[in-house]
Amino acid sequence: MNSFAERFSTTSATSQLRKAQALAAEEDDISDAMWGSEAGFGSLAKGVPTFSIPAVADPTAFLRLHTDDHADPNCRIKIQHGTTTLAFRFQGGVIVAVDSRATAGSYVASGTVKKVIEINPYLLGTMAGGAADCQYWETYLGIHCRLHELRNRERISVSAASKYLSNLVYGYKGMGLSMGTMICGWDKTGPAVFYVDSDGTRLKGDLFSVGSGSTFAYGVLDQGYRWDLTDEEAQELGRRSIYAAGHRDAFSGNSCNLYHVKEDGWKFIGNYDIAKMHYDGPGDVPGAPGGGYGYDIRVEGLTSANPPPVTAAA
Amino acid sequence: MSIMEYNGGSVVAMVGKDCVAIASDLRLGNQALGISSNFQKIFPVTDRIYLGLPGLATDVTTLRERFRFRVNMYTIKEEREIEPETFAHLVSSTLYEHRFGPYFVEPVMAGLSKTPSGGVKPFIAATDLIGCLNFAKDFVVAGTASSKLFGVAEGLWEPDLEPEDLFETISQTLLNAVDRDAFSGWGCIVHVITKDKVVTRTLKGRMD
Repeated sequence: MNSFAERFSTTSATSQLRKAQALAAEEDDISDAMWGSEAGFGSLAKGVPTFSIPAVADPTAFLRLHTDDHADPNCRIKIQHGTTTLAFRFQGGVIVAVDSRATAGSYVASGTVKKVIEINPYLLGTMAGGAADCQYWETYLGIHCRLHELRNRERISVSAASKYLSNLVYGYKGMGLSMGTMICGWDKTGPAVFYVDSDGTRLKGDLFSVGSGSTFAYGVLDQGYRWDLTDEEAQELGRRSIYAAGHRDAFSGNSCNLYHVKEDGWKFIGNYDIAKMHYDGPGDVPGAPGGGYGYDIRVEGLTSANPPPVTAAA
Repeated sequence: MSIMEYNGGSVVAMVGKDCVAIASDLRLGNQALGISSNFQKIFPVTDRIYLGLPGLATDVTTLRERFRFRVNMYTIKEEREIEPETFAHLVSSTLYEHRFGPYFVEPVMAGLSKTPSGGVKPFIAATDLIGCLNFAKDFVVAGTASSKLFGVAEGLWEPDLEPEDLFETISQTLLNAVDRDAFSGWGCIVHVITKDKVVTRTLKGRMD
């Protein structure tokens, strides 16, 4: 039924693609190869992104067969999955904090991933799910935010930017896109956070956490969250929440990247090693209590099960 | 979901000059959720034999008791301590008894056996979950980080290491391998077995 509808509908994502591809093919009097992969613009050189589609009857099923974890856990192309990301709105702006681990199955493929995508000086996007999907579409969103500025002589609102993204990914629904993202920024209305995912969900809210470690982050976040947090307290809360997730969740960790969005745009606050936070704390930063976050370190000498280190008798 | 990755954990053993070392991580997890950072997977069998049991935690606990029972029975009947080679075969046959419904562990053994001249000979071995013995001359690995352990050990290990150098080698091997494995880590423990003593140290590792 779906394939029938898709073949004859004029608005579905596949038919749009078919049209764009047909258009691109017509323009191709000269081979693109001579320009070296379209001079680095990729498929965007034509204005509309176009994607080559596997030459099989049902491309969506073909892709799912080779990538979906639930269908076949053994033979599959592994896509980055585990993550912890969080963002919250408060009196002083927006705090965005993420971990930096990328895993493929149980293998820790990288510990230095940038999961915050800097869309423009006023907009940040977070990355959970397919790394490539988030990176590509949020960069693409950045292009359109800039075009909006040029057309309307005004910065795009966070609400409009996030809606642009959610409408865009909705057009590809069912085709295997995987992303759970928070679009964060500051516009006329003040600080704003929107949750957008590849199902097409778009939610406005004060506080979100996304990824396999989100439950752990929510635990710390809900405990410490207030609207009237100071900047230092808010940054510490973001750091501490990502630490908690990095500690407990096998698929999160390595380090925490912290951003703060204020009226004049976002600012990168710092990168904090999670192992260092466990043993020594985040270092000399405002808001930190001093000392490690780790349970054994915090309670050393305070319980009978965890006595102070024995010092040699004089 | 693999049952061998349900709780996570890894063990490695290495041969040195008149000494052996065996080390493991300390994580006990429930899939992605870390539960304990003090779960022992290595157990002393005799003064000179240590046994590492990475795999399904419930079977680790069960088998530890089962081996303790069998080694005690052996000691009573034979009126002497079990030798590492003999113990390896005991492990192997205990596991093969459950060929069609196995315990989900991959044991690793390290010990010193007595030579006729009164000296000691290093001994390490590992088996799969149904008891296929692997007597290696250099090192053996097992657990969720086994592929990573192979890589690092292959690069760091060299023959005839003295106990202090063997400790450094096995520690660095384990620490670096488990940092690349999502299901292992949360602290490490190392035992270096020499002729007259066993040195046990816990290592400070990354806690993520």
